[in-house]
Parts: sequence; structure tokens; C-alpha cells
Amino acid sequence: MTKTSLSWTWTLALTMGLGLGLTATSAQAQTSQVDKAQALYVTALAATCAGCHGTQGEAVKGSSIPSLFGRPKDDLIQQLHDFQSGARPSTVMGQLAKGLSDAQIEQIATYFAAQR
Amino acid sequence: MHHNRNTRTPRMHAHSIQRRLLLQAGSALSLLGMSPYAASKVPSRAQVVVIGGGYGGATAAKYVRWLSHQKISVVLIEPDPSFISCPLSNLVIGGSGNMGQITSSYASLSRHHGVTMVRDYAQAVDTERKVVRLLSGSRIAYDKLVVAPGVEMRLGSLEGYASAHARGQLVHAWKAGAETVLLRQQLLAMPDGGVFAITIPLAPYRCPPGPYERACQVAWYLQRHKPKSKVLVLDANADVTSKGALFKEVWANPYKGLVEYRPNHRAVGVDVKNGLIQFEVQEDVKANVINALPEMRAGKVAVDMGLADQADGHWCGVHYQTFESTAARDVFVIGDAIQIAPLMPKSGHMANAQAKVAAAAIVAQLSGIAPNPHPMLTNTCYSFVDDQRAIHVASVHAYVNAEQTFKTVHGSGGLSSEPSLREGIYAHSWATNMWADVLR
Repeated sequence: MTKTSLSWTWTLALTMGLGLGLTATSAQAQTSQVDKAQALYVTALAATCAGCHGTQGEAVKGSSIPSLFGRPKDDLIQQLHDFQSGARPSTVMGQLAKGLSDAQIEQIATYFAAQR
Repeated sequence: MHHNRNTRTPRMHAHSIQRRLLLQAGSALSLLGMSPYAASKVPSRAQVVVIGGGYGGATAAKYVRWLSHQKISVVLIEPDPSFISCPLSNLVIGGSGNMGQITSSYASLSRHHGVTMVRDYAQAVDTERKVVRLLSGSRIAYDKLVVAPGVEMRLGSLEGYASAHARGQLVHAWKAGAETVLLRQQLLAMPDGGVFAITIPLAPYRCPPGPYERACQVAWYLQRHKPKSKVLVLDANADVTSKGALFKEVWANPYKGLVEYRPNHRAVGVDVKNGLIQFEVQEDVKANVINALPEMRAGKVAVDMGLADQADGHWCGVHYQTFESTAARDVFVIGDAIQIAPLMPKSGHMANAQAKVAAAAIVAQLSGIAPNPHPMLTNTCYSFVDDQRAIHVASVHAYVNAEQTFKTVHGSGGLSSEPSLREGIYAHSWATNMWADVLR
């Protein structure tokens, strides 16, 4: 978080906390903003796949590029690592997978596995 | 599809060309009837206003709605009745594709995502008062503005071009639509033994591999129908700017004798009456069909707004972490109109990727959240070398905070090893999924 938004959040939280005497609310508000931010960042990261694989990883019916929507997490992680290593040969995907860190692969796989 | 917001006159002319073409070309007749969306009442304000419904703008409109769980109101201003894709449009010129295949409806953006579509031109923007003025006279106030006008074709960069273009004698067909059909007709009308010349401006221009793909598509047609003819590629650049080895291999083998490539040829004028192209240095070149790609810069509305603060007023500077303009607050510029980061192509896929970074940043700002510290972009660009085989270039771009720019991730990205049928199939699926990601 930037200083600006932190101080904005704190001001809001303190005002609420002091005004209502509910210090727990400020902590919850903070956590909720952090969670919202993290969810937004991960969704945006997974959206870099959507250009080829479809929004939310849901490819158009009949597509030769596979859907990622709802695929098991472990399977997605394995495939991406195999693309990186070349264990699974590819035209484009190996070149793109090499641009992802292990942490990003984990986040992307978790995101698509959770889509219903 | 990106938008060349020229002045009213050439735009009107483009429409009259379109009407004439539609009367002539029966196959294209279904196009306009395909996706007319009812013009909504123009709202007086929206939290987010998007100018331009191409790959970048339409994606931004959809993703602001989707990422905000439909909480943020979005207006999309686009004059055209339907989305016509530049990617794959070279297949229409070569004859293995048609306009229907590259035309999509905007209807889902409003029906499924609640984007308010306004069919109009964004004429001017007051970035102080944060109001967009439309050609119709309506005004729309915004909290955040996305500017995605594509490129303006600088016809003045070639002497004699503007008047020949206004008469419909010369077309660039670098914005897919009526001109795509007109260029196809010029190719059909060319006699066997004729010369089809493509001139390419100095980079950066829209779609780096596009002119070379077009050369392949014209050669594919000539090989079957007019084998004594030739494609002449006259490039202002010192070498092929994208997928060079792959294109040269195709020109040397399947298209041997059909394609001639000449680097360092900067076209400065056209003489339609005598079929001549004039160059900065070399002798004039004669051609039956002249397909001159003029120099380009950011779309007119962006220039008029003062956003083109880079490269001698040609391109719009952005803070790459969010794509917010370096010239105006609460204004985001995406797509072909921006000053690119190193190795970032001006492509439809890149515009789609940038749109998602900008949309996420806008949703973050309007929700009191800090923008993503590590945005990422991917790009995959296919080119067809004939009716079925394709080649690609792919890249991954990560935002580097210390340098405040995007850089390609070390060890990632690359090219095809050779043209293949398999990549041709992927290219069509790419288009289908991409258009769905932009519009549905």
C-alpha cells in the first residue's frame, strides 16, 4: 500500500474506532482492504492468460487452446513447470511459462482451480 | 480494431466508401445488418468513460465492470456499429478470409456486462473539469477516463496521399473495415504481370509484422491467380522489424520470385496518375497497386487533449504501473497510442493486456486500494504466411519498480521455429478467445 492510501485507511479506521469505541472494526477494515487488494492483484495476474485462454480461463467452445477454468490446481502447476522445462513440448506456452515465477504459477493455478 | 479519429471529412468519406462497397460486394452486405446495437440515451456522467472500442478500449470497459463486480458505472464511446479486427484482416485481402469472420458485435458488452454504449465520436476532453464532449454535442462527466483511440494515419507524410485517399484511389487498410475490402478489390483488378507495392514507415507503427504478413497473403493470391506478378515490399526500416528470418525464409522458398524486399526505402510521395512511389533517396518505383502505410501517431483525440507528450508529440507518455497519463490526472491511455516501453509491440493483444492493468488500477483507485505493485503483460502475435500456416512471436513483460517501466522477463518469449499448420489452428483459436475476452 502507498502512504496515501494507508493514511486514508487509518484516518477512516481511527474515526470509526474512536467514534463508536469499536477498535476491532478498524482492524477488520484493514484486513478486508488487504484481502480485497490481494484478490484484485491475483485476478489481474490470471487475466494475462485470458487473451488466449478466454476470460476466467474459459475458452470458447471448440477452441484448440484449452480451458483453464476449474482445472485442478496440482495439474495446472505440473503442466506449467513441464512447459518451462520443455518436458511438455509446445509452440507458444513454454516461451510464456518461462516468464512466470514459482509463486506466480502457484497463484494462477489456485485462481483457476477456484473458478466455478 | 483501433480507431483513427481523423477529422469529420475523411471519416464521412470512409463511410461513403463503405456504402459504395457494400452495394458492390454482396458478400459484405450482411455485415452492417449483423450487429446494430440500439443507441442508448447518453448519460450525463459515469464513474469511468472509455474513448474507443478497439482491442484496448472494449477490454478496459468490460474489465472495469467485471473486476468491480458491476459496481462501477462505465460508458464506452465508439462510433462504429461493430468491432472489426485488424488481426486476421490480411486474410481478407489475400482472399482466404472474409469480412464476416473478422466482424463481431458489441451487444454483449451492454447485455452481459452493463457497459453503456454510446455510438458517437469523442470530440474533445476538458481534463480540468473532467468532461468529454461528443460530436453530437452531448457531454459526459467522468471520475476516470480511458483513452484508447488507436493511431492516426498521417497521410501528410507522403506527398499526394491525402487527395488520392480522399478520392478512394489509394487506401492503407491499416484500420480494418471498408478499406480492407477496397484493397482486396484493387488486388483482384490488377493485371497478371503487375506490381503490388507495400510501403512501410519507420518503426514504431501499428502491428510490426503486419506489413510482412500482408506481403505473404498477396503473394499467396498471386501464386494461384497471377503468377507473373510481384509483391514489392519497400521498407523505411533497415531490416524486417518482426519475425524477420521466418518471413525471409517464406519469401525465398514458397514465394520465390513473387516477393521482393527492399530495406531503407523511405517513401515520401505518391503519384497515382503515373503509378509512381517517390523515395527520400532512391529512384521512383512504378506499381499497379500502391498500398502505402503512412507514418502514424496517437489518435487525434489524444493529441488534441495534449496527451501526446513523447517522441516529438507523436505518442502518449504513461506511468506504466497503471497506464495513467503523464500529462493529465485521472486519464489512462492504452493501446497503440502510447509511447511503448522497450520491446513492447503496438499490437491488439498488447492493448488487451494493457487494458486489464489499467482497469485493475482504476478499480483499485476507486476502491481505496493501492495499485498492483507488480503488473504483468503478455503478448502473442500470430502471422499467417499462407491460407493455413502461421508463425508467432510471444513475450512476457513485468513491471520493474526500480526503473518504472515494463521489461521482458529474462529467458522468456520467443518465435516459431518454422511456419506450421498447427500454429495456423492456434491462431484461429487465439482470435476466437481473444474476441470473446474483449467483447463477451
